[in-house]
Amino acid sequence: MGLLGEAGDYVMLMRQTFKRPDKGWVFRRQLFIDFYALGVDSIGIVSFISLFMGAIIAMQMAYNIDNPLVPLYLVGYTTKQMMVLELSPTIMSLILAGKVGSSIASEIGTKRVTEQIDALKVMGINPANYLILPKITAAMLYFPVLVVFSIAIGLSGGLLAVYITGSVTVTDFIDGLQAWWVPFDIYYSLIKSVVFAFIIASVAGFKGYTVDGGSVAVGRSSTQAVVASSILVIVFDLILTQMLLT
Amino acid sequence: MIEVENISKSFGGQAVLKNISTTFDKGKTNLIIGQSGSGKTVLMKCCIGLIEIDKGVVNFDGRNFSGLNEKKKKNTRKEMGVLFQGGALFDSFTVEENIMFPLNMFTKQSIEEKLQRVNDVLSHVNLDNANKKYPAELSGGMIKRVAIARAIAMNPKYLFCDEPNSGLDPKTAERIDDLISELTEKFQMTTVINTHDMNSVLQIGQKIAFIHKGELWWEGDHQEILTSDNPELNEFVFSTELTRRLK
Repeated sequence: MGLLGEAGDYVMLMRQTFKRPDKGWVFRRQLFIDFYALGVDSIGIVSFISLFMGAIIAMQMAYNIDNPLVPLYLVGYTTKQMMVLELSPTIMSLILAGKVGSSIASEIGTKRVTEQIDALKVMGINPANYLILPKITAAMLYFPVLVVFSIAIGLSGGLLAVYITGSVTVTDFIDGLQAWWVPFDIYYSLIKSVVFAFIIASVAGFKGYTVDGGSVAVGRSSTQAVVASSILVIVFDLILTQMLLT
Repeated sequence: MIEVENISKSFGGQAVLKNISTTFDKGKTNLIIGQSGSGKTVLMKCCIGLIEIDKGVVNFDGRNFSGLNEKKKKNTRKEMGVLFQGGALFDSFTVEENIMFPLNMFTKQSIEEKLQRVNDVLSHVNLDNANKKYPAELSGGMIKRVAIARAIAMNPKYLFCDEPNSGLDPKTAERIDDLISELTEKFQMTTVINTHDMNSVLQIGQKIAFIHKGELWWEGDHQEILTSDNPELNEFVFSTELTRRLK
């Protein structure tokens, strides 16, 4: 299937997905399950990576600022800007594309090869709506929360790093965090995270839903979901940056 | 009754079903038999609307089903129960939740009524204490029985079974056949079974359609199949030493 054909199939699947659920309470229950399985379970990896990312940026900035004319609070400022604008929304999304994207694609793909999707269809249920919509909704709700969480943990990591290494004083670092505060930066970060959440969950759902074959095909679709959504996240990062920051 | 009229289906230019017409009678176990690759699974999937047919019509009690769009097919689908080859149980749900699923989606019953119905259908399939088990904890035969229980939970008028006893030992397979046959008679369903198991054919085949190379080759019952002079059918039916001896 060509790229254009696949894009057409993706749009058709999204049309099936974005319909009113048959039963509201069944949808809400599924949403809660997905929110927990995909979101809450990701807190550990997000915390770990964010903490180290923040620490590493702070240490690298401190190491690179060796000009006495450059104020040291720039270490805190740069760490904040990098975490808020790029690392938390984009790098976290790329990591979640691997974790969440592969999980969604393999779960739905397994349902396809074991005829569970056919079973839903012959019961008169819209399988795309039942399986994919709660995952997309859950992802779009929890990605921004995870991003805010990642920013907080990352900045704490930076603070911890400068405190332990003594490269910059804690006061300087905190001054940097507070300097030139632009609230729109947070909105920009959250907007990106919502868009990336949609891309990751919908592309993974599509790849899983269209699996054709057996367990090997499920594995392949899972890999394709991660690769395709990662590429789209980077492309849309550029587009959104151009649209929102220039 | 289900009427199949002149249905044809091709995949990539290759004809899989060629102008098939037959009927599946109410209150009977109707069998579709044929070698692997003969087109019997495609025929069943065409009947239940999982595969769009190229030509022809499928009627459920006189109501055209194949020509409807997905939205309009929904009402007829609520009257169908389908037993898939591997059971197709939802693996994240318990047995109870699997059976309750169609009730949750399509009825306004209270939780007590739904639980009562779950217990009723589980007792029909002789699985009284399996409510809280997950599909991964069940044997092949139990999975099939739970799948039958889920299929009949909504009191369907039409029951479709795709290879219901594949992968089962002969004794369990016989039990599943008996169970489907009993339920068909008890609830007066139109049951269509897709199989290549000769024990099933001889035991419960009240009406048999033999599909060969995508065509309807022969129709009859389990008595007539033993005395037919159709060479392709005989080659299929008496392909094993056991059935040749039986003849």
